[in-house]
Amino acid sequence: MQALYAQLLVGLINGSFYALLSLGLAVIFGMLNIINFAHGALYMMGAFVAYFLLNLGGINYWWALLIVPVIVGIFGMILERTMLQWLAGLDHLYGLLLTFGIALIVQGVFQNYFGSSGLPYSIPDQLKGGVNLGFMFLPVYRGWVVIFSLVVCLATWFLIEKTQLGAYLRAATENPTLVRAFGINVPRMITLTYGLGVGLAALAGVLSAPINQVRPLMGADLIIVVFAVVVIGGMGSIMGSIITGFALGVIEGLTKYFYPEASNTVVFVLMVVVLLVKPTGLTGRAA
Amino acid sequence: MRNTISALLLGTAMVLSVAGVASADDKTVKIGVLSDQSGLYADLAGPGSTLAAQMAIEDSGLKAKGWTIDLISGDHQNKPDIGTTIARQWFDVDKVDTIVDVPNSGVALAVNNVVKEKNGVYINSGAATSDLSNAQCTPNTVHWTYDTYMLAHATGQALVKAGGDTWFFLTADYAFGAALERDTTAVITANGGKVVGGVKHPLNTADFSSFLLQAQASKAKIIGLANAGGDTTNSIKQAAEFGIVKGGQKLAALLLFLTDVKAIGLETAQGLNFTETFYWDLNDKTRAFSKRFSEKMKSGAPPTMVQAGVYAGLLHYFKALEALGGNPHDGAKVVAKMKTIPTDDPLFGKGEVEANGRVTHDAYLFEVKKPSESKGPWDFYKLVGTVPGNQAFTPLDKSTCALLKK
Repeated sequence: MQALYAQLLVGLINGSFYALLSLGLAVIFGMLNIINFAHGALYMMGAFVAYFLLNLGGINYWWALLIVPVIVGIFGMILERTMLQWLAGLDHLYGLLLTFGIALIVQGVFQNYFGSSGLPYSIPDQLKGGVNLGFMFLPVYRGWVVIFSLVVCLATWFLIEKTQLGAYLRAATENPTLVRAFGINVPRMITLTYGLGVGLAALAGVLSAPINQVRPLMGADLIIVVFAVVVIGGMGSIMGSIITGFALGVIEGLTKYFYPEASNTVVFVLMVVVLLVKPTGLTGRAA
Repeated sequence: MRNTISALLLGTAMVLSVAGVASADDKTVKIGVLSDQSGLYADLAGPGSTLAAQMAIEDSGLKAKGWTIDLISGDHQNKPDIGTTIARQWFDVDKVDTIVDVPNSGVALAVNNVVKEKNGVYINSGAATSDLSNAQCTPNTVHWTYDTYMLAHATGQALVKAGGDTWFFLTADYAFGAALERDTTAVITANGGKVVGGVKHPLNTADFSSFLLQAQASKAKIIGLANAGGDTTNSIKQAAEFGIVKGGQKLAALLLFLTDVKAIGLETAQGLNFTETFYWDLNDKTRAFSKRFSEKMKSGAPPTMVQAGVYAGLLHYFKALEALGGNPHDGAKVVAKMKTIPTDDPLFGKGEVEANGRVTHDAYLFEVKKPSESKGPWDFYKLVGTVPGNQAFTPLDKSTCALLKK
């Protein structure tokens, strides 16, 4: 029974990465109607930028949490301004293909320069060590990841669903012309939203750097699972993504305990089942 | 008129087919480096293996003696079906004579069958499974650098003898992991130890925490990592995070490469014991080669044992070609020649290609240095012990290779 608790907790930790990443995807899809396949590559960039800041600029993890999302977010906004904005109003497929291409290029460049085995990034001193919970040894850092992501997820949800700015955003996606008539700069808002989604991916990258290797393919390995999370949760639903992210982390953790060989596929099996029963995803609304 | 054209075409076809038949003094060779060029084993083999192969061609001196040697490389993406497709195309269309490297045991065993079918030469450096020179040995295959039998005996035996008598395995769920776990288990039980549990994880897993918790709960003295590359580095890093070594359990990295240690960082990797057959800082000859190699590598990295094996394997292959004097297209004949010449190269020293295709040379037990002991960006290993070549690999009387039963 103790082992089961431990697996649940470990699942929750992975779930926080899924939640943060799928949240960013949901925000971008909800506001820009773009299936952002570059999300994994941007997550990877987040980890790399954190690594550079530390090793070239001596800027530590705590500042990285703040600076990296801004840097990568700006990169995202440049992408949006130069490329993605021309796809507004076109079929989803165009956005998917373009961002997929961007992901391949970004990954290829990083792989060319840094190889595939990755670079070390150590856990900040303040979060080293662990606590014995009785049923498991919980590394302090992992506990921090869960709490931090939960706070970020809820803050994002609050921003979009409960504030004036969020209301403008949602209105702008429903009827851009009308919102523009009220004197609101819709294209700038869209750009900022993409920047926000990308920033969330980069933030997840910083969080992940001390646990996983900083590797060019870290995003590619994760992105498919995250897309499954988004599909299961329902495209575009903010709260749906957060809850499904955490839930799937837990389910995957349990699979690792009961039948480890299937742990890489269980998410997709679930996706098939959910799509068969409810094609819009668990919390998605029909288009 | 039509008859004339037909006759001309027929004549051309006959001339071409005659030209295609190898003459006795044919001195053209084509070598294919089949590797993981972009995935989790790309740093320990991949582009570095291609570079090693180029250097072997230059250093062999055969070109100056009138040989034409071409080199191509391919990416098997760690998928056996892609690996065999490339291998078939290389033999059928590109007229490749020899395939080298091929990390990933699953791909390596699949390609093994193709090379035998096409009567090519297969110098495997990157794959670990000992089956290549045992149950699945062929007259066309030479297994150069290391194998699971050697890893199990060198690292496994040393750890059991040092008191690590209960084991829990973290095993990569494919041919390599299975072979390494099987061979190590045999060593553990033969030395009075016991395997108390294990878990098979999918290849290329990012998060090992669930598996490590199970290993922790098993209370085994040793947690054996029967995985490689990114899987090993993630396991070691996360084991440190979960306080496994501090809690009294010991990690056995059954297979660890130079690039893995780099990726983990000395801070976390220090004190790990493992086995390799090559290290760049072993002696003057290995240092000289490594210097030349790293100057040509974009990353500036010295060669791993897999890349060193590609170089040394090809050097030996060229010796056999030279001894044959030409006609390199009969793979079995070339490999038979390789078996008659003792191996001796600057990287692995003296040894031999045994009848089952296994190359024997010394193996070394290393320990990862403390950060304070390391003097440079790649100064990672301390030599702990040497296992002589004739003891490191499967003894011929225990080999299950069919070539030995005559």
